[in-house]
Amino acid sequence: MKIEAAAKMPISFQTHPALIAYITCGDPDLATSRDIALASIAAGASVIELGVPFSDPLADGPVIQRASQRALRHATSLGQVIELGKEIRRQSQAGLIIFSYLNPILRMGIENFAGAVQDAGIDGALVTDLPVEEAEDYLLQMRRRELATIFLAAPTSTDARLKRIADVSRGFVYAVSRTGVTGARQEMAQDAKKLVQRLRKYTRLPVAVGFGISTAAQFAAVGKFADAAVVGSAIVQIIESNPSNEAKSVAEFVRQLLD
Amino acid sequence: MATATITKRKQPDRFGPYGGRYVPETLMAALDELERAYDKAKRDLKFRQRLQELLKTYAGRPTPLFLARRLTEKLRGAKIYLKREDLLHTGAHKINNCLGQALLAERMGKRRIIAETGAGQHGVATATVCALFGFECVVYMGTEDMRRQELNVFRMRLLGAEVRGVDSGSRTLKDAINEAMRDWVTNVRTTHYLLGSVLGAHPYPTMVRDFHRVIGREARAQILQAEAKLPAAIIACVGGGSNSIGIFYDFIKDKRVKLIGVEAGGRGHALGEHAARFQGGSPGVLQGTFSYLLQDQNGQVATTHSVSAGLDYPSIGPEHAGLKDSGRAEYVSASDAEALEACTLLARTEGIIPALESAHAVAEAIKRAPKMKRSEVVIVNISGRGDKDIGILRENLNLD
Repeated sequence: MKIEAAAKMPISFQTHPALIAYITCGDPDLATSRDIALASIAAGASVIELGVPFSDPLADGPVIQRASQRALRHATSLGQVIELGKEIRRQSQAGLIIFSYLNPILRMGIENFAGAVQDAGIDGALVTDLPVEEAEDYLLQMRRRELATIFLAAPTSTDARLKRIADVSRGFVYAVSRTGVTGARQEMAQDAKKLVQRLRKYTRLPVAVGFGISTAAQFAAVGKFADAAVVGSAIVQIIESNPSNEAKSVAEFVRQLLD
Repeated sequence: MATATITKRKQPDRFGPYGGRYVPETLMAALDELERAYDKAKRDLKFRQRLQELLKTYAGRPTPLFLARRLTEKLRGAKIYLKREDLLHTGAHKINNCLGQALLAERMGKRRIIAETGAGQHGVATATVCALFGFECVVYMGTEDMRRQELNVFRMRLLGAEVRGVDSGSRTLKDAINEAMRDWVTNVRTTHYLLGSVLGAHPYPTMVRDFHRVIGREARAQILQAEAKLPAAIIACVGGGSNSIGIFYDFIKDKRVKLIGVEAGGRGHALGEHAARFQGGSPGVLQGTFSYLLQDQNGQVATTHSVSAGLDYPSIGPEHAGLKDSGRAEYVSASDAEALEACTLLARTEGIIPALESAHAVAEAIKRAPKMKRSEVVIVNISGRGDKDIGILRENLNLD
């Protein structure tokens, strides 16, 4: 596999650790998703992961499963999520990443997808069920447009795999804190720190830690060994619990984490 | 579709462009481990002997190839033989694969087993081998399937398995697989996922097929002995596609033998009313593999319907997708009504009540045999027995 190195590093982190906020787009609707994203950025989030709802989210826990179902009830599509990113880009220079399962991207066509992401001014993508071995065409199309390609690294990944993951990642590397699906946890596993240390041997890219981060204490703890923390299910839970007051509630939570 | 092919590489994990390994990174190491363990095991004479011994003394292999005389007479066409996988221990072909994977799990030192089940046949076979090997066993099953296959739920519990109901999506096989994968991604270090069909990420489609090849190997020898010639056609139902690939595989090289897979035509042609992937589907990725998939224009996976839980799945084993594209196998469908009718006919002509899944294959034989010469021979794979379906048969057939 021969992939050209990207010239630019599109995503910048505003705080340490930086906060990467995940939202399931279209939950409860696209206009509210836009408001939540902009309010989170105003509250200090460095990057927004624009989650694409999928019918079979097998890497997600119950909170994001429910959000995906809500978003799919009004047929939120990948195309609409990219449009949403375009709208957010008009109002903000924060990092924007598409976070999706592979099949909606295949359906759109990998080349069409990469083109649309670029046109929208979105910085890149993370595809949950696309390991490096299967990513040849995807990498080709994304590199051609200098888009960030973020891959997952897991505590179960061997050193050889971590090296490959580091080699093809652009923007940052996403370290999965523990084996399991997405969702808040009481304690951060020791796995996360070890994984980040192992990853640093292979990359100078920033490393973000995700899966299970829901409190200010956990957020700060991650900052001791990683560059950024991804908060997903906790935010999606707040959206579910605060109908009609989603953006304000999420912004408040983001400020608490960064405080 | 512009993106039918994601990769052009030809690899052992691909069937044409289909197959591959599309899973979250956390599972990649476990799939590598499984692939290595399987490659080593299949070259190990001791492993093969132990599996063969269990298939013989525990599962009841070889299964008979039975000439269905009264059915043949009634249809006035090709001579019909039935491969009697329904006579195996636990009532279906599923035990072939479960014994193989249980031996592998033992070699890998994984003593917690998880599985998904649709009709409950794979769940029962998994619960059975776990009892035999002393493994902990958790089976995921959609709550809709638990309702329509309640007898199998009880059988699994009797065998000591924990059955966890899955309430998401259409509450059927697909949703059970999602939940099993969530368990696996969490407990991957201690747990083996005993996947029950030729689906999922590499090496599952290849490994599960290998464990079922014995069906076709036996059938080939049996038909040569009985008729001194190869059959004109082999007919098998296709859900994920394990019984069909199992009986097809050793005949693939015999180009004159037609291989016919029968999908679930359900109750109509609209998306959501059937599970005929080759008639309404297009290439896509679901649950680890690239194959034909019933999906909408946004790439969301469609719901499916079939009277038989075991065929009620929106994707199909990637090797079948390869055989379809190459033209080596032909895929047709049978409706719910045709399957129910076939079930009744086989019961009354031969005294054999097939599983509703297998009844789809019988339905195709009923359509096809009368158009064939009497000198020709057809083998129908009776992949399971109908005991588990008595409740649904009672709901659907009025015999008073």
